[in-house]
Amino acid sequence: MGRRERPYHPLIELTIARLLEFVREPEAVFWVIVFPLVLALALGIAFRTKGDEPVYVGVIEAAGRAEVSAVLTKAPGIQARVVARDRADLALRDGEVQVIVLPGTPPTYRFDPARPESKLARLAVDAALQRAAGRADRFTAGEETIETVGARYIDWLIPGLLGMNIMGTGMWSIGFSVVFARTRRVLKRLAATPMSRRDYLLAQMLARLVFLGLEVGALLGFAALAFSVPIRGSLWTLTGVVLLGALAFGGLGLLVASRARTIEAASGWMNFSMLPMWVVSGVFFSSAHFPAPMQPFIHALPLTALNDALRAVMLDGATAREVWAEAAILGAWAVASFSISLRIFRWK
Amino acid sequence: MPLVGAPDTGRAAAVVCRGLQKRYGDVVAVAGLDLEVRAGECFGLLGPNGAGKTTTIEILEGLLKQDAGDVEVLGLRWGTDDRALHQRLGIQLQDTQLQEKLSVEEVVRLFRSFYRRGPSVGDVLRMVELESKRRSWVGKLSGGQKQRLAVACALVNEPDLLFLDEPTTGLDPQSRRQLWSLLDRFRADGGTIVLTTHYMDEAQTLCDRVAIMDQGRIIALGTPRELISSLGAEHAVEFAVDRGAEVSTSLLAQLPGVTDARVDAGTVRLRVTEPHVVIPALLLELERQRLQLSQLATHQATLEDVFVAHTGRHLRDG
Ligand SMILES: Nc1ncnc2c1ncn2[C@@H]1O[C@H](COP(=O)(O)OP(=O)(O)OP(=O)(O)O)[C@@H](O)[C@H]1O
Ligand SMILES: [Mg+2]
Repeated sequence: MGRRERPYHPLIELTIARLLEFVREPEAVFWVIVFPLVLALALGIAFRTKGDEPVYVGVIEAAGRAEVSAVLTKAPGIQARVVARDRADLALRDGEVQVIVLPGTPPTYRFDPARPESKLARLAVDAALQRAAGRADRFTAGEETIETVGARYIDWLIPGLLGMNIMGTGMWSIGFSVVFARTRRVLKRLAATPMSRRDYLLAQMLARLVFLGLEVGALLGFAALAFSVPIRGSLWTLTGVVLLGALAFGGLGLLVASRARTIEAASGWMNFSMLPMWVVSGVFFSSAHFPAPMQPFIHALPLTALNDALRAVMLDGATAREVWAEAAILGAWAVASFSISLRIFRWK
Repeated sequence: MPLVGAPDTGRAAAVVCRGLQKRYGDVVAVAGLDLEVRAGECFGLLGPNGAGKTTTIEILEGLLKQDAGDVEVLGLRWGTDDRALHQRLGIQLQDTQLQEKLSVEEVVRLFRSFYRRGPSVGDVLRMVELESKRRSWVGKLSGGQKQRLAVACALVNEPDLLFLDEPTTGLDPQSRRQLWSLLDRFRADGGTIVLTTHYMDEAQTLCDRVAIMDQGRIIALGTPRELISSLGAEHAVEFAVDRGAEVSTSLLAQLPGVTDARVDAGTVRLRVTEPHVVIPALLLELERQRLQLSQLATHQATLEDVFVAHTGRHLRDG
């Protein structure tokens, strides 16, 4: 920004101003760009090993425990250990073991049917003990484990993280900067100029797009390097989906911030609007698990549309034509939230 | 309520407002205000804290909506001609805050971009003498420098009408004088100024006419000279006596040349026409009442005295 005497169009000047403010705020840069990478790394590592996890079994100190332990220790994929009777339920609750075996004829299994891994452990233990007691397998099924790139949990997770990220940074960065400008009455001063109000709001969204490339590129590059997560669709389609997502959440950020008078009020509204989407929009687990009557609502949410479209393009190589429905949902959110913000925006 | 100096209808009006009213809940901020500012003049709104100056000026600027009354600015109206008005007005708010993380020149350039015409960024910075701070972040400026930047942002469009709300509050004496001469040049080029201030000397130096406001009303209006001479006495004598002894103001008021006598927080204030006649007589009178002077001062009557005469209070008491 040297000695430029002639200003550009106000939209460009407003965008430049917003960008400068952003990069001069090192904390903001950290939260927008570095933090998501750290999160992806942590989650990636946590979920990468998921497939090889053994089943943890606790055997209660009682007569016959030696035989049971011997059988279980030999069985593949089972980790057995002895637990005191009065410690058993605690160990189960804390997830140290997933099922408790009380030796006897027949043995008793204590487990928590609400936890999938607990049910799984019960089945594994039962099979091992039955087999040791003489039950013969009628057949040995062939097995194919999924190691193929593009079908692992991490492959499914990364697009969800990307979507979550586009939502979070879009809403936080725009919402905060607007509310901050309002509390300091910068907005009031700007409202006293002929500045077009639409230009101001648009500039907030445009400035957001500049860093979007960096943010998305970093996360995807990292996912490709560390976990070989593929991008099967065209980069153009992916870019289009990401842009639409950013516009939708930029608009939502503006909407949430359009009347808030304090940072606290704005934070409240942001969390209020983002929390349901974290849960139902398929970031960590599929949104298909929710009851059928909820599905139309879940699918109308911008994060669901964004995540579905990102997964389709990255993992299934979907073309633009195949994600048009999601794109339309995102576009509708962007246009609606932007136009409502423009109408109800509080300048003082 | 004496309104000195009726509006001169011979010149075009930059601002006309009639019956302006604004209330905030129970607080009446502006209580039926009539005002006319002529093109090319510097008009001052003077008054204690909470008098309604900011409210009035923000209504004129189109930032607040009045509850009742009519406003015409440069012959245009808020609500129908906003764009045109914004292009022609220069505005400095009482508590202007600008983007802290932008540099001085970035802020000025941003504001400049909103207007069709106006001086270059460098010229504006020269006008307010902030060239040396061109690259500094706004957040790092001193209070006075921020104030000058706020004025710079009001000048980027060569406005026809400049609204300044306490432009020199927080400035050191030298910066105040710099700003005054800047405003003089602005007027020499044909600009109109409406400003608010707490400083009597500022109003007396800068303003062609002033309106003294109190509790949402104009209590006196005219040129500073007219207002002061309307007191009928152009000098004031102030004194205090030892140990707050009672002084009879009625006796003092009968001294030759004294037009008014008041006691205010232990200080006696006399309005007088000829101090050289009054003071010897005053000394004799105090001698007679066996009172010992602890303080004595005389000064030319100011707008402050005009305010005191109308309200019985000092401007700064609020
Ligand atoms: N937003 C508001 N809400 C409620 N009351 C307000 C508001 N703004 C101003 N007031 C009240 O209106 C009255 C006039 O305020 P105003 O700001 O116009 O005074 P002022 O003459 O500019 O004072 P100062 O010299 O302190 O700047 C005050 O009593 C003030 O408390
Ligand atoms: Mg004020």
